[in-house]
Amino acid sequence: MTPSSLNQARNNELKKSSSTGRVMAWGFLILWILITLFPLWWIVRMAFSTQRDLLGDPANLLPVNFTLDAFKRVLGLIPISEALAQGGFPKTLHFWLYLRNTFVVTVAMVFGGTVFNAMAAYAFARLKFPGRDKIFNLYMVALIMPTVLNLIPNFILIHQIGWVGTLQGIIAPSFLGSAFGVFFLRQFFLGINRDLEDAARLDGAGILGVFWHIIVPMSIPPILTVSILSFIDTWNNFQWPYFAGGMGTNESATVLTVGLAAFRAQQQSGLPDYTGMMAGTLISIVPIFVVFLALGRRAVDSIQFSGIK
Amino acid sequence: MSKHLVQTSSEAFASTEHPPMQWRLKRWMSKSQEIIVPWVFIFPSLLGITLFVIVPTLRGFYLSFTDSDLLSHANFIGLANYEKLIHDPQFWKSLGITIRYVLFNIPLQTVLALALALAMSRLTQSVLVRAIIFLPYLIPMLMVMLVWTTILHYDFGPINVLLQMIGGPNARIGFLNQQWIIPSIAMINTWRHVGYVALLFFAGLQTIPIELYEAAAIDGASEWRIFRSITLPLLRPVMVFVLITSVIGAFQVYDSVAVAAVPSGGPGDATRVIFWYITNLAFTRFNMGYAATVAVALFLISMAIAWINMHYFRAGSSDLAD
Repeated sequence: MTPSSLNQARNNELKKSSSTGRVMAWGFLILWILITLFPLWWIVRMAFSTQRDLLGDPANLLPVNFTLDAFKRVLGLIPISEALAQGGFPKTLHFWLYLRNTFVVTVAMVFGGTVFNAMAAYAFARLKFPGRDKIFNLYMVALIMPTVLNLIPNFILIHQIGWVGTLQGIIAPSFLGSAFGVFFLRQFFLGINRDLEDAARLDGAGILGVFWHIIVPMSIPPILTVSILSFIDTWNNFQWPYFAGGMGTNESATVLTVGLAAFRAQQQSGLPDYTGMMAGTLISIVPIFVVFLALGRRAVDSIQFSGIK
Repeated sequence: MSKHLVQTSSEAFASTEHPPMQWRLKRWMSKSQEIIVPWVFIFPSLLGITLFVIVPTLRGFYLSFTDSDLLSHANFIGLANYEKLIHDPQFWKSLGITIRYVLFNIPLQTVLALALALAMSRLTQSVLVRAIIFLPYLIPMLMVMLVWTTILHYDFGPINVLLQMIGGPNARIGFLNQQWIIPSIAMINTWRHVGYVALLFFAGLQTIPIELYEAAAIDGASEWRIFRSITLPLLRPVMVFVLITSVIGAFQVYDSVAVAAVPSGGPGDATRVIFWYITNLAFTRFNMGYAATVAVALFLISMAIAWINMHYFRAGSSDLAD
């Protein structure tokens, strides 16, 4: 039985169970959906509010004096003097530069990570070479290793290469993949029927041909899982890009999360530019929402899948 | 000869013109491919794991026995850093704050996620509901903290405004003050992560055979009994995965604290979690050696947690096989 038909049957079975229980469960679920959505709405509400009037009407659930000023400030479409008059930040945010940096870092890490993870996972699952299992044990150790101990030595390494404050310094540690990705994909590859591969080999296909024409097309869901999770993590990451990127001092290696954080710290006395920050937030999460919506059911299924190994 | 070399292996296989030569060539090519290709496949990944995980971890241990400051030559100073650690009040204070955070975060997050997963698996197969539950995970931690700090704001946050409307001008809570900031951050992190964990539990629930529930229903078992005797034990593999990753993650809480609080670990010293202390030692005071010592301590705590989880929940076995 497929999971959904299985669940259908379970639902029918449990329809008989108490209806008050179902009402309470629905109440709980709806309450949590509201708790989930309210802060998201609050981002939108503040982003479209007028900065100077924001505090005057804290109980209003709608944007206070609807305006696009905050977006204009964040995108640098109006001069500093006007931004100041609106109660905005006293400094231009290089939004497009930060967005570009985040984009470069994310694409490099997701692409590199996915390709190298899949290759290594295939080698560990199917190919024979001396020391294979011993080397894989190394991955198991790396898998459970908390990142805390790596931060400082990795920073020193990047520092010694002279890559602190550069995009390649941010990208380097994840570009070659992760122990989790290799482990996860290997588990999946192990479950693929060997007959297809053997048939292709008899037809004269090499290892590369088998990998590219048989394994990869059959493994789109798990590859997607690893890619989506790595995309979300990379796009949203703060800690490593902050330190490796030079702690916000180097504009050319500042990613969005770090840029917006630094922007927040620059506030002068008085009210922080809440509307500007929320407008920046809103623009910065658009790409991730687009990817998530475009993949739809597949994304949700993929993420569920990541806990079952 | 060169004519043969440019032929693809499948052509060589099909051709019968010069069988001995063709066969030898093919065997040589496939043999060398069998030896070289596996190494080519694992090389980039192995290089990455070695350079950025294995060696740094070993180096982290080594650093903890030195007085490295990133600039001058590091001297080996034996156990001096560890002696300092034991008598370091800030370390113990930070450990206490971190544990307090974990105790607020993990039970709330795990129970809530389990309840959501159960409710979803009973009530609806809607992908939309699951997607909504997951949405907060898509928002960067920084943005999550920014919006929540405005929602929880003492003067103009909507929650305190609402509380004042109900209970008068003094009925408000300083969510972000010294006393409440750690529970507040734990709650905010729960809001962000609970959907992800709920999806993992939800997927785990789908793997439990329906027959078990049918049998229990025929026996007239109560809902609670079914949950205790079937659902919970069979969710164990997912539960172990969730607990190990989320507890270790919670002990390393940093991003949310760095954003919610001021860089000095304030208000007061309320948010000086262990990871704050490590980064403060390493990147503000450039005391890399001692920072590595604190990191080793956190590392050992994480390993102990993973070990306890594995043994307590017997992670390797599944009740389905019993």
